[in-house]
Amino acid sequence: MIRLEKRPEPSRGWTALTPVLAVVLTMIAGGALFALLGKDPFVAMKTIFWDPILGEYAFYYRGQLLVKAAPLVLIAVGLSLGFRAGVWNIGAEGQYIVGALCGGAVGLAFYPAEGWYIFPLMVVAGALGGWLWAMIPGILKTRFNTNEILVSLLLVYVAEQLLAASALRWLKNPEGQGFPGSRNLAQYPAASNPELIAGTGMHWGVVAAMIAVIFAYVLLNRHMTGFHIRLAGQAPRAARFSGVSPSRLVLFCFSVSGALAGLAGLFELTGPAGQISIDFNVGYGFTAIIVAFLGRLHPVGILLAGLLMALTYIGGEAAQSTLGLPAAAIQAFQGMLLFFLLAVDVLINFRVRFGRAMA
Amino acid sequence: MDLSVISPAVLLASLMVAATPILLAAIGELVCEKSGVLNLGVEGMMITGAICGFAMAVETGSPLVGFLGAAAGGALLALLFGVLTQLLLANQVASGLALTLFGIGISALIGQGYRGVKPPPTTRLDLGPLSEIPFLGRLLFSHDWVVYFGLALTLGVWLFLRYSRAGLVLRAVGESHDAAHALGYKVVAIRFAAIAFGGACAGLGGAYLSLVRVPQWTDGMTAGAGWIALAIVVFGSWRPGRILLGAYLFGGMTVLQLNLQAAQLPVPVEVLSMSPFVLTIVVLVIMSAGRGRASTAAPAMLGRVFHASS
Amino acid sequence: MQRRTLLGTAAAAAVLAGANLAVAQDGPLKVGFIFVGPIGDGGWTYEHNQARLAVEEEFGDKVETVYQESVPEGADAERAMTQMALSGAKLIFTTSFGYMDPTINVAAKFPDVKFEHATGFKRTDNVGTYSARFYEGRAIQGHIAGKLTKTNKIGYIGSYPIPEVIRGINSAYIHAKKANPDVEFNVVWAYTWFDPAKEADAATALIEQGNDVILQHTDSTAPQAAAEKAGNVYTFGQASDMAEFAPMPRVSSIIDNWAPYYIERVRAVMDGTWQSDDTWDGIGAGMVKIGEISSAVPEEVKAEALALKDKIASGEYHPFTGPLKKQDGSDWLAEGETADDGTLLGMNFYVEGLTGDIPN
Repeated sequence: MIRLEKRPEPSRGWTALTPVLAVVLTMIAGGALFALLGKDPFVAMKTIFWDPILGEYAFYYRGQLLVKAAPLVLIAVGLSLGFRAGVWNIGAEGQYIVGALCGGAVGLAFYPAEGWYIFPLMVVAGALGGWLWAMIPGILKTRFNTNEILVSLLLVYVAEQLLAASALRWLKNPEGQGFPGSRNLAQYPAASNPELIAGTGMHWGVVAAMIAVIFAYVLLNRHMTGFHIRLAGQAPRAARFSGVSPSRLVLFCFSVSGALAGLAGLFELTGPAGQISIDFNVGYGFTAIIVAFLGRLHPVGILLAGLLMALTYIGGEAAQSTLGLPAAAIQAFQGMLLFFLLAVDVLINFRVRFGRAMA
Repeated sequence: MDLSVISPAVLLASLMVAATPILLAAIGELVCEKSGVLNLGVEGMMITGAICGFAMAVETGSPLVGFLGAAAGGALLALLFGVLTQLLLANQVASGLALTLFGIGISALIGQGYRGVKPPPTTRLDLGPLSEIPFLGRLLFSHDWVVYFGLALTLGVWLFLRYSRAGLVLRAVGESHDAAHALGYKVVAIRFAAIAFGGACAGLGGAYLSLVRVPQWTDGMTAGAGWIALAIVVFGSWRPGRILLGAYLFGGMTVLQLNLQAAQLPVPVEVLSMSPFVLTIVVLVIMSAGRGRASTAAPAMLGRVFHASS
Repeated sequence: MQRRTLLGTAAAAAVLAGANLAVAQDGPLKVGFIFVGPIGDGGWTYEHNQARLAVEEEFGDKVETVYQESVPEGADAERAMTQMALSGAKLIFTTSFGYMDPTINVAAKFPDVKFEHATGFKRTDNVGTYSARFYEGRAIQGHIAGKLTKTNKIGYIGSYPIPEVIRGINSAYIHAKKANPDVEFNVVWAYTWFDPAKEADAATALIEQGNDVILQHTDSTAPQAAAEKAGNVYTFGQASDMAEFAPMPRVSSIIDNWAPYYIERVRAVMDGTWQSDDTWDGIGAGMVKIGEISSAVPEEVKAEALALKDKIASGEYHPFTGPLKKQDGSDWLAEGETADDGTLLGMNFYVEGLTGDIPN
């Protein structure tokens, strides 16, 4: 008989060890999967986990890791505040889209003017756009008690329609020969978000993600609002008695997560993606939810989780093209990694005991 | 523009078909959530059901066996979620999302051999003269059996939750697992059953897509239906009747907007395309605005981890 | 900068005998493919992958193909291409319009690698473009549809209102109208490339409103199944043959046939004769194939359709031949005049007689 016994305190050793254990377990299970598909599991694991960081083309991949991780971390940090307080913003994907659209629209309105002020204005517009889109579920929640999970999720689909309309008419490139998609903002210097140091992948979105991590860390540990957030999540009644206004907390969480998602969209649009197209959004808003929880809702954890997710994406892509693994196998593999990461976390708070309980 | 080409009976009949996959998945998720477990992996379970059902039906030539296989496949994947969240006490939101990722991947792997294959047809139920009745015949008596099964399941779950003892226990577990545990109910076992039921229903919904609605297998074919099912559960404030209403409303708007387009209604396509989502939100706001603060109908323990400390 | 680093690592790799680069240096020609959807989509990407397999079959050991599926357009596409170029691919096919800017960007960094971008219009020294004249196939579909319809209502499921799709609608309409002056087109925009359930709903909606021929410009076979269920409705396969629905409802199809072009371009790279150009081939060159016209089509209609096909293939007839007017009644093409490729490429208007607005 195996049972779990709660530890009096979370184990520090396991806190550090569990991710390693999870990766090892995933390598075994994933290796079996790849072997079943007729691929060499050792080569596959090396391609996914080793090559992007230390392989021969790592000079390129390391920068790409940052590019891929930045939006995930930026969004996940925002979401984690809400998740801690029990505010469920599932629609970051929509806020990401609307942020990019608003910021992009501002940039395109200035085209072809040059000026140092254009990009900062776009950044503000991007954050505002995300904030605005997040305020819909936020206000509906506080005013009408409408479930925020449902509203924020459905607004993703509405945002996708706005995106299609923007790519097809509102923001369509007049010189694009009738094809959908906006002008390429990455090629419009005043509105672009280039690599700050060539070859490093470091762009303003990466900087923003770093700042967000620090900001969230300070907020949660040193600030009254952070205390309220933690209190509201752990003991809602106590929070109310100590004067925390649930409505204000909901609005605060939606504001922060929406604005950060909007920023992520704007930075992605003006840098790596370049233009508004029908398929601009690739699911960062949803993946960020996983990242937030993998990082245990802790800013530093989220940073690491975002990098790990980015690694599996980039290594997975490399495995696809060099080993001919189907994309589906990589997805299943990512799913496994997440399962193991989530599963072994139990060791942090619980001791595994064999034999019958004494009591 | 000529709106008279849209026949109400036909429209209602096709909305019943369009709503069936969402309804099946949503009813399953309802039972799961009523036990206090939030499984966001509906999309993953649906698509796994879609391929399992498809493969079984093709291999055996029987759609019925296909649907059974779909239920089994969905339930199996759900059990994985059960092990994670119930035995290993992992976070439910993250586990559910991981389940979706895994389900989409694994289904595409299984489905590699089934691309471009045509499944055995699921026949319409022959209800004889009933389907000849004007209006009602087309509306109510000319569907395949899965549509009726979806309705029966909704009714069954409603009766189960409301009148049966087991349903009461299930709800008790969802409202306060500690109390239920103290009364001697096996919280984890009950939740496992609810999770498996939810997976089986999602699997059926997926198989309805791959075997009846589409019918073919293509990677990623559920295209977000699982997310809509999740939203419908919330929309229906965890009540079977309202979930039925929500699924029909959503399915209806989807069908209606395409019908309006086909009838050349001069409204921008984007507006029509987003209408099902916007309308669902608006209706929910109206419904929730009428009630007081306290009446969030969500099960109290939804998403909470249970560990029987001994 | 990157090239210098690359040379440095190449030397290191030679020592380490790194698997990838060793192959890249003097093994078979490595050809990369970037796909926008899963290779199992049964439509667009499926056919590109068939052509990739044809390349492998044609050249055997002399080529090595690599591919990556479901690559989002944008940053991820750039990385996928860079990754292929770094690991030694000498020719990369990027098979979706949205890869245009990424292809140009990556091509600038790898001047020795040749790129072939599908359906775009930007070219450089090492980026060529190619596309298929699907509208030629649409003309034949339109003719058959016009002859077959009894209700004189033809439904058309569009994906997004982009030139490619609009061109197809116009071409089909012009020829349906010639075959049957009373014909009327009803267009439904699905606003998705791929959502089987939605495509099924769109087809059902059209059928229930009396459209008895359904043309589709989305990739799944869901509309075929909806038509089969309704009975007495005709459809056409899109992108791939969809022969499993023949002879009814699928009466013919347009098949994307990229294999001859891919083989030719791979050979050109092997021979060192590759040059950047713009290829836009149709039925004549075999890039667009017309799937077998089934027994559900009357013999004489079939004969007419095949004659039309031959005339288009030989270049004797252009599907957009005047006199043609735009939807607003303004003149477009005079008697005997044919449309130029520039106008066709960016087509964003309906021809006269089509109802409804293009959402743009």
